[in-house]
Amino acid sequence: MDAYWEPVWLTLKLASLTTALLLVIGTPIAWWLAQSRHWLRLPVAAIVALPLVLPPTVLGFYLLLLMGPEGLVGRLTEQLGLGLLPFTFEGLVIASMIYSLPFTVQPLQNAFVTVNQQLLEAAATLRASPRDQFFSVVMPLARPGFLTAGVLTFAHTIGEFGVVLMIGGNISGETKVLSVAVYDHVEALEYTQAHWLAAGMVTFSFVVLVALYTLNGRRPSGVMK
Amino acid sequence: MTARGIHARVWCRFEGFTLDVDLQLPGTGLTALFGHSGCGKTTLLRCVAGLQAWEGGLTVNGDAWQTATEIRPVHQRPLAYVFQETRLFPHLSVRRNLTYGYRRIPKAERDIGFDQAVQWLGLSPLLDRMPAKLSGGERQRVAIARALLTSPRLLLMDEPLSALDQGSKQEILPYLEALRDRLAIPILYVSHSAAEVARLADHIVMMDRGRVVAEGPLQETLARTDQPLALGDDAGVVLDAVIDQRDDHWHLCRAEFPGGHLWLRAEDWLTIGAPVRLQVLARDVSIALDQHTDQSIQNLVPAMVNDIAPELSPGTAMVRLLAGPTPFLARLTNRAIHTLPLSAGQYVWMQVKSVAIVD
Repeated sequence: MDAYWEPVWLTLKLASLTTALLLVIGTPIAWWLAQSRHWLRLPVAAIVALPLVLPPTVLGFYLLLLMGPEGLVGRLTEQLGLGLLPFTFEGLVIASMIYSLPFTVQPLQNAFVTVNQQLLEAAATLRASPRDQFFSVVMPLARPGFLTAGVLTFAHTIGEFGVVLMIGGNISGETKVLSVAVYDHVEALEYTQAHWLAAGMVTFSFVVLVALYTLNGRRPSGVMK
Repeated sequence: MTARGIHARVWCRFEGFTLDVDLQLPGTGLTALFGHSGCGKTTLLRCVAGLQAWEGGLTVNGDAWQTATEIRPVHQRPLAYVFQETRLFPHLSVRRNLTYGYRRIPKAERDIGFDQAVQWLGLSPLLDRMPAKLSGGERQRVAIARALLTSPRLLLMDEPLSALDQGSKQEILPYLEALRDRLAIPILYVSHSAAEVARLADHIVMMDRGRVVAEGPLQETLARTDQPLALGDDAGVVLDAVIDQRDDHWHLCRAEFPGGHLWLRAEDWLTIGAPVRLQVLARDVSIALDQHTDQSIQNLVPAMVNDIAPELSPGTAMVRLLAGPTPFLARLTNRAIHTLPLSAGQYVWMQVKSVAIVD
């Protein structure tokens, strides 16, 4: 039974960690994209959006090369005494973060763009530094954007498959997440077990999306807004 | 450069026009920046606040806010800004809007207390409401109190009344007057309304196409013949007077000013000794060579013609008169001036058709 529940636990751990880290890293990126007039803005926006259009296997392939013993990142992590990242849980977290980046950054960026700039001017005349303005005005007003970003990132990470397979393989307790477990069960013709996991995921995703729509003011079109 | 007062040397290019002003303004009282929309008055205010990039220098009562080499960011300038659109934070209650700036200044610098500001602007019943639930006038009162609670050294107001309906305007004006008299700090007040300026200002800066066309104490500046075209039909003088007589039979009272007096319709609050600010528009003043009593205009004031200036619109001229030391303006046709005839230094009777109490 433990082996049966392990993928569920691992998946939730991966999705939570990925979401938390992405919200921290994605927020400044989204703010910069929403505010900056720098020429690098568009190339950066395109890089952030790449995981949306690339097949997960392509992404996974390059990450594998990059983090492998011949790759730039791989050599760095080995020199730092961290070992190699592919086929570890840590490697999976990093891959998931890159894979889900647009699902964090884009809702945040859209939320930031709609924050009235005039309010920031008013805050500045009330002695708020730019950082203070961000925490006291932008963050509260962009709350629906944070909610959307968090939920989408979490749900999207739970649903990833291709990248996990490329970079993490299928190590029980380390990298064997739900989607891979379903695949395994089907391969082994264990349809009952596959059903339990698959139906669980369908139900979970449905509940999450309904909750998101409800919290964001009953606007179904608001998911990517 | 004097220690007291505001010295602003501002040069900035913005959306196709150039703002170029060099102003020395008083360190107390309300200075109106007046002109048509697009004349640069709001841009000037934004430059002073640091909301807009510009070149030059700005010193406020001895404190350099901007020099050629150092630009102090907005949030470090001890100013407060009241915006036309109020810009209250929609996610914060009235109370938390008010304390937003208040909490961000050191305790020792809080000259204006929370309860004081709430009382001045009559906000106690509104404290727990959200901005969306307020009327336009209430919202602007909250915005003014929020600004004051930073205990600013300079108060900037950008047409705080223009987005309001007539009723809300009348609601706010007394608060603004009380503030002007109560605060020891300078106020820069942007407006395109001659009536507001006449009522509130001590000092006026008239602007046109990014430049200053006239500037000085309100009464002196309004009485100049060379610029009242900026005011168009609203050209006229403002004078401070004191009620010295009441005639209850005819329901009139008399306001005395240095050099003469004018009769007004009596109001309850116009008691003897009450100070009033009066406005006499140039188009409401006509001139007679003799004291005609066989006509309906009751306000006849002896005066001397001081200056006759051709106006921009063809056929009319602006005549400046002095009743004692007090200047008046009269808009006359060139033909009238020619046939009377009228010349500088002449003693005449001003017939004042209407007098408005602006304060």
